[in-house]
Amino acid sequence: MEAVEYTTPKTVSEAVQAMASKGDRARALAGGTDLLVQLRGGRRSADLVVDVKDIPELNEISYSSSGGLTIGAAAPCYRIYQDAAVAANYPGLVDSASLIGSIQIQGRASLGGNLCNSAPSADAIPAMIALGAVANIAGPNGTRQVAVEDFCTGPGRNVLEPGEILVSINMPAPQASSGANYLRFIPRNEMDIAVAGVGSSVVLDGSGQNFVSGRISLASVAPTPVFCEAAGASLAGKPVSDEAIEEAARLAMEDAKPITDMRGTIRQRVHLVGVLTRRTLNNAIQRARGE
Amino acid sequence: MTSNIVLSEVEYNVVGKRHIRPDGVDKVTGRAQYGADVQLTGLLQGRVLRSPHAHARVISIDTSAAEAHPGVFAVVTAADLPFASLTRDDLGGDYQRLKFASNHVMASDKVLFKGHPVAAVAAESQHVAEEAINLIKVDYEVIPPSMTVRQAMEPDASLLHDDLFTSELGQLSDKPSNVASHMAFEAGDIDEGIKQADVVLEREFETASVHQGYIEPHNSTAFWNTDGQLNIWTSTQGPFVVRTNVADILRHPVSRVKVTPMEIGGGFGGKITAYLEPIAALLSKKSARPVKLLMSRTEVFEASGPAPGTWMKVKLGATSEGKITAADIFLAFEAGAYPGSPVMQGAACALACYDVPNARINGYDVVVNKPKTAAYRAPGSPQAAFAVESVIDEICEQLGVDPVEFRLRNASREGVRRVEGPVFRRIGLVECLEAARNHDHYKMPLNGPNQGRGIAAGFWFNRGFQSAVNISVNPDGTVNLIEGSVDIGGSRASIAQQAAETLGIAYEDVKPTVVDTDSIGYTMVTGGSRTTFATGWAAIEAAEDVKMQMVERAAKIWDTPVEDVEYADGALSHKSDPELRMTFRELARQLLGTGGGITGASNVDPTGEGNGFGVHLVDVEVDPDTGKVTILRYTAVQDAGKAIHPSYVEGQMQGGVVQGIGWALNEEYFFNDQGQMMNSSFLDYRMPTALDLPMIDTVIVEVANPGHPYGVRGVGEVPIVPPLPAIGCAISHAIGNRINRLPANPGAVLEAMG
Repeated sequence: MEAVEYTTPKTVSEAVQAMASKGDRARALAGGTDLLVQLRGGRRSADLVVDVKDIPELNEISYSSSGGLTIGAAAPCYRIYQDAAVAANYPGLVDSASLIGSIQIQGRASLGGNLCNSAPSADAIPAMIALGAVANIAGPNGTRQVAVEDFCTGPGRNVLEPGEILVSINMPAPQASSGANYLRFIPRNEMDIAVAGVGSSVVLDGSGQNFVSGRISLASVAPTPVFCEAAGASLAGKPVSDEAIEEAARLAMEDAKPITDMRGTIRQRVHLVGVLTRRTLNNAIQRARGE
Repeated sequence: MTSNIVLSEVEYNVVGKRHIRPDGVDKVTGRAQYGADVQLTGLLQGRVLRSPHAHARVISIDTSAAEAHPGVFAVVTAADLPFASLTRDDLGGDYQRLKFASNHVMASDKVLFKGHPVAAVAAESQHVAEEAINLIKVDYEVIPPSMTVRQAMEPDASLLHDDLFTSELGQLSDKPSNVASHMAFEAGDIDEGIKQADVVLEREFETASVHQGYIEPHNSTAFWNTDGQLNIWTSTQGPFVVRTNVADILRHPVSRVKVTPMEIGGGFGGKITAYLEPIAALLSKKSARPVKLLMSRTEVFEASGPAPGTWMKVKLGATSEGKITAADIFLAFEAGAYPGSPVMQGAACALACYDVPNARINGYDVVVNKPKTAAYRAPGSPQAAFAVESVIDEICEQLGVDPVEFRLRNASREGVRRVEGPVFRRIGLVECLEAARNHDHYKMPLNGPNQGRGIAAGFWFNRGFQSAVNISVNPDGTVNLIEGSVDIGGSRASIAQQAAETLGIAYEDVKPTVVDTDSIGYTMVTGGSRTTFATGWAAIEAAEDVKMQMVERAAKIWDTPVEDVEYADGALSHKSDPELRMTFRELARQLLGTGGGITGASNVDPTGEGNGFGVHLVDVEVDPDTGKVTILRYTAVQDAGKAIHPSYVEGQMQGGVVQGIGWALNEEYFFNDQGQMMNSSFLDYRMPTALDLPMIDTVIVEVANPGHPYGVRGVGEVPIVPPLPAIGCAISHAIGNRINRLPANPGAVLEAMG
């Protein structure tokens, strides 16, 4: 690993300043579970590492029934899934946060880091997309908001411009009769990268028998996480049924454009998108019904 | 519900008890000294430049920029190895052997696998060393690689060595070839045996390259003193083998090479070959400073020795009564970049569990553009067992015969001659099969859809080989036991137990120490399941030597003929005068004043090794949507002869099963089409984690080995043999289609389900 400069700003503006000073040669560090491995392995290089863990806004976890959930970009997974409001209102997000890496990794890794690392296989991104999350970004030109489904632009690439950092992620408060779930497929039971992953959320009507809306997102089957708009939309207005779920799964499989590599084949991955879409929708429906 | 059962028939005072291991406290507190912990005054850090190509000609190497880099003390290439200045005339018939050995350590004219060393640097720090190797310019001419035995055996295959000819029954082929050797075993009349069969099955199998996966990467620190003394500190299973290899490759007198084995974080056969030691030594010689080299995990995967990928065919005939009449077997094993796959061992193990009257086994050792394979726990046997046991399982299915019953009808037992010649002495396969049949696991039916049960047997020879032990008696009645066997799996305890039992003293009174190659007689590797057997034997002989000298001393003190003195239960007594009696401790206290201390010594090469057998049962469940396999229950039964330390025998059995599960389900070297390994980290080279495993039940069967005083058989290797076929068969039963290729990862199982 090459030598790097390291700084620990205490405010968002200090962080932005530091990032801007080195342009694309600066990298933000939260938990470091991706960045440090990449720097050591020579897969990324940087002149300046900006440790954002000391900035209050990036450690915030707050929930209100009006404003929804705000998660600071550096808040580690364990704090997210141990938070009572998150556990009660966003079990679909807890699914992701509690299976990233391992217990030790979850002590450091953040959902913000997972988003900024922008791996196609990121476990937290499909759940965030399914939950309608928005990224709050700060930079030299002020702040801006980007829907999470529009955040990633390629493997390891995203919309952040030089000097910009991710401050937090917002998710709307859950609607009545809604539920979400994230599942990934891995050959082992931990410490693995998703061969395919699916995050689904549904809103049901008061009877719990009909879909009001749905959102579905995929991991590891394209250069970026995939938002399957058509698959989610296909559920709206339909009665909850195997046929409706099957149709959504079919549409999700159409959106999957995977490659064959050491982790799986195109055929296997497309097949798994179908399996996991069905499973996550059924789990989300159960949660929406309070079962 | 899980349990560990020991079926003992003979009880001893110390042997067979679960004593505390002498190295335990240091290991659990982190104080134990491993190779990476070695610190010496003036120590430099080294780094190896490795080939990015699987197969290429080295046109030129320019090290000038690295040599000029500040903080760099030495740069070496193959030109610095003695071989570079030796000719065919100098070496005669030894030329090719030394060429392969030298080129394996550092490539000269060709690189033969990705990760092949081409140069190395010693510098003031790791960072400087890393900068420096990036300054070395190597000009390559890339050649298409031969990556599998099937590719490499094609007539127009890309050749790794233009001077390698196939050795076939003592003859060399006319044209160079990637097939280094073809060997064959034959017994009976294969055609007649096939004719006698009511059912004949012929199947083809493949297994992938897998790695031992020891936690501690290779490391080596060397200091070449200006007087020619070369000291090496390393992580190895065989310090004497390292000494031999280093002396050979560096053309240095054996007496001037001292190898100190540090604590070892796993080896499984993969830490026998010298990889870094000669390079560290050359860097030290050039810089006149001690030099440390450490491998990264990627280097371990890419440049140490995996177990071979294989291509196998098995044709088996049996009568409708379930008696095997014939077996015809083809084994082609990847050797890696240089000859030497364990295909011979695979061939000898393939049918060892059964009394097969008519058999033919053809084995091929084939070089491919992968790292040179190394031993991995029962080398060759797991792959061969996967092929043979899978066909037996299918025959049992077709005949409707219980798979344990079928195996009992054909089981090897005392007096049966193996295909390659030797006749079995007393062995315990039948007892293992019976113990499996009597086990609660076997009696419990499966309880759900998509489940399957697999059963398989496995064999390993177990080895003897040379060991040395010295035992010195201390004035307080304790003894120091000096041994050359590196302790990987609790052997300090199991060797000390045998010494204590023989001397009739307490286990706690024996202090075992593993020492360097200057300080004990030649001791072969900790490997081959030989240590508890052979070094145990050396400890027993050294203890007997101590006893004899103690008897002589007592006779001297009592002024009586030696014949009058008896040694029993840790005490000396006069046969006819009950007044004359001394405990071991009482005599120990008098030694220094009555003629000096006593040291018992032994150098042994015992040949009575007891062959080992195991029988495994496994239940799996397959997710019908994803093909993912869950191991529901696992029971391993094994004949240990006599379990000197039952906990460590159980540990070996469970550890072997875990590695077998990884091999069967997910472990695999994954190469791109240029022959570059794509998954050289534990993230994507998927060994099982704790969450992927059930608790593994064990049953230790004890059929005493008549070739050892306490009946010991080796135990370390057998338990990795049955898991491959047992799991493959369990999956086959769960999905209704055969699994003939490993690993049976979820994608492969999904495909097999159709």
